[in-house]
Amino acid sequence: MDINYSAGQMAFRDEVKSFLAENLPEPISRKVATGKRLTKQDHEQWHAILFRRGWLAVNWPRDFGGPGWNAIERNIFEEEAALAHAPRIIPFGLAMLGPVLQRFGTPQQKDHWLPRILRGDDWWCQGYSEPGAGSDLASVTTSAVRVGDHYVVSGQKTWTTLAQHANMIFCLVRTSREGKPQQGISFLLIDMKSPGVTVRPIVLIDGEAEVNEVFFDNVRIPVENLVGEENGGWTCAKYLLTHERTNIAGLGLARAALQNLKRIAYAETSGETRLIDNPLFASRIASVEIDLMAMATTNLRVVAQAAAGQAPGPESSMLKIKGTVIRQEIDKLTRQAVGPYAAPFLPEFLEESEQADPIGPPHAMPAVQKYFNNRKLSIYGGSSEIQRQIIAKAILEL
Amino acid sequence: MNFDLTEEQTILQGGLRRFLREQATPDTLSGATAGDAGHSHTLWQGLVEMGVPMALFPESAGGLGGSGFDISVVFEELGRVGAFEPLLESGILAGGLITELGTANRQEVIDQIIAGRILVLAHAEPDSRYDLAHVQTTADRVDEGWLLTGRKSLVVAAPAADMAVVSARVSGAISDRSGIALFMVPLNNPGVELRSYRLQGGGRAAEIALEAVRVSDNERLGGGNEAFAALERVHARACAAQCAEAVGLMNGIRELTVDYLRGRRQFGKPIGSFQALQHRMADMLIEIEQARSATINLCGHLDAPSAERERQVSAAKNLIGRVARQVVEESIQMHGGIGMTMEYALGHLAKRLTMVDCRFGDADWHLERFVRLSAVAAEEFA
Ligand SMILES: Cc1cc2nc3c(=O)[nH]c(=O)nc-3n(C[C@H](O)[C@H](O)[C@H](O)COP(=O)(O)OP(=O)(O)OC[C@H]3O[C@@H](n4cnc5c(N)ncnc54)[C@H](O)[C@@H]3O)c2cc1C
Repeated sequence: MDINYSAGQMAFRDEVKSFLAENLPEPISRKVATGKRLTKQDHEQWHAILFRRGWLAVNWPRDFGGPGWNAIERNIFEEEAALAHAPRIIPFGLAMLGPVLQRFGTPQQKDHWLPRILRGDDWWCQGYSEPGAGSDLASVTTSAVRVGDHYVVSGQKTWTTLAQHANMIFCLVRTSREGKPQQGISFLLIDMKSPGVTVRPIVLIDGEAEVNEVFFDNVRIPVENLVGEENGGWTCAKYLLTHERTNIAGLGLARAALQNLKRIAYAETSGETRLIDNPLFASRIASVEIDLMAMATTNLRVVAQAAAGQAPGPESSMLKIKGTVIRQEIDKLTRQAVGPYAAPFLPEFLEESEQADPIGPPHAMPAVQKYFNNRKLSIYGGSSEIQRQIIAKAILEL
Repeated sequence: MNFDLTEEQTILQGGLRRFLREQATPDTLSGATAGDAGHSHTLWQGLVEMGVPMALFPESAGGLGGSGFDISVVFEELGRVGAFEPLLESGILAGGLITELGTANRQEVIDQIIAGRILVLAHAEPDSRYDLAHVQTTADRVDEGWLLTGRKSLVVAAPAADMAVVSARVSGAISDRSGIALFMVPLNNPGVELRSYRLQGGGRAAEIALEAVRVSDNERLGGGNEAFAALERVHARACAAQCAEAVGLMNGIRELTVDYLRGRRQFGKPIGSFQALQHRMADMLIEIEQARSATINLCGHLDAPSAERERQVSAAKNLIGRVARQVVEESIQMHGGIGMTMEYALGHLAKRLTMVDCRFGDADWHLERFVRLSAVAAEEFA
């Protein structure tokens, strides 16, 4: 038992730190730190910087242009990036589709799509969920009917994150109604500029439109856009899920959020005392910090296993649940810390260019926006209930 | 012991419920927030015609009652649909202070409020957080009157009002309870400037800047040093209204969530058949009943001696704040993605319920206050 990082790992952490210090553009990190909106160009710019350093596709092997990091190195990078207020790497092409193509794609598909993902030629979004298929993903009904050398796709996806930026969407579509529902699903790559695709934004309770509905009306897609076998899409979907679950604890993000909470609790006063010196509020911060310290080690225990070659299994469900509870508690305390100034609804102040004085402290509106927005953490990527179900079945064998 | 409403209260409740169910549609509410006034003229007129503002005033002031349970009947119904018409601001805060302290034309103004005129209380300031005694705005004596200078913040419903009751300091330090005075200030007076904005929970508020605003002695509420005590009393009533509104919101949310659990199917069955969700819904129900009881406790103590009344205020606000969080977070969670959209009725109700905790003191603020106020009671164990 040795809870310290090796000398090599510590050197790697320093390397990551200095890279971030030198290369992360300040206008972008300032937006992240202050909770402002990021533009599509901000994301693309940051991706391009990481791409040039060879650090963009964090979970890709070297052969495909990834850095070839193991789980511990990946963890170090993600933690430092979050603490430096780097934007998150948009996961859809890089963390989700990339590994699926590497595993199931044809040589032509790999040659065509993987470099485009790295260069940022395409912005991908994830077309899994439908109005009737959320937790029960296998019940997707968007249909793809083979007609000659095309599939004709009709149906609807929903909750599609950042589809407004995307030109490509990977979808689970129904190609057969025979047998178990899982057996009739295919994994299809769809060009969103195809005739018949429409995108409608959905405004969430934080006032932002980060998700969308995507409609398909007889959209013709060439058969070479099928990944894996026809009716073999569920295998791709399950494989993708294991990749979606890397960095699932969101540890770096939790640390950055805790820093932000403390900064705000220092700035806010209640009567004569700073909120951070208020015993009750300080004890609330302390409790969540103690949880976070332990979770960092729980996370490393799973990561170390993964680095030793064991794919993270149902343990990642524990990390997702606990990480989510911690982050949502931090967000709640941050919202509480801004006191009565949580009340104004001022989405224009999420725009960096806004010149007017905010109502109350500048950190108020972003704190509330984040509190509402991060309700999603326990809903998407397998809800907390579904994760508990996995733990009960796969670990406890109940 | 009797937990039933009076006949008049039952009639008011039924009428309000029908009216609001028909008229306070999500479109009406979001339209109201978007408009300049930040409230709905149609809803307001309807409430006035039903005599709702009148129910908030005592008979001695030309009202119908104004007891704690009159307040709770009204505000629970508003909460159920997420309405935010300025009854609390005009009827309870501004109207309550005018009733308590009087002005030169006290009854005339109360009659106008009952007839639908909207007044607000401009009391909180940028640095006051939840401290009721914090008043930095100054009132300087000149000739026969006063010059008011300072900043008032988060004045809910100010964009709908033409007149504000403004607190200002005539003596003492910023957080002293004594030395506070209250004045009636027309919002179109020279030197008054409003900056209006939307609220997360619906409706609008304003920041108000006062620059040497001239008011006469006639516009002062009461004459002596009783302003703080009156502020505390009307805020106790406002907290009762807010707690009742929260109970209404909780029940509105509960109904939506139970319906959704029954109707939403995943894995071939209603999600309400999953025990994991059933138990949480059951816990939520228990806590909502607790919230109702805490509100009843407060409403039943509004006329108690101030030490006991204020302890009840903090008890209710603490419990309501805790349960509000649970109801908001659990109901969104049990809905899944749909619970996060503004396109579905839960969105507005959940946001409004969240915001209950950041007005008049949050759960932790009232927990600490409850401890302090209970210290007197603890002495008997010494
Ligand atoms: C902000 C946001 C972004 C998203 N982005 C994307 C995206 O880019 N692409 C995409 O495809 N999807 C996306 N999703 C969709 C997300 O994956 C789904 O919301 C999620 O799978 C849950 O499905 P649902 O919303 O239909 O809820 P439901 O599945 O209907 O669940 C409702 C409630 O029932 C519970 N429940 C369901 N089954 C069980 C069970 N067996 N036992 C106990 N409880 C159960 C759930 O946990 C939840 O509390 C996003 C969602 C959100 C909120």
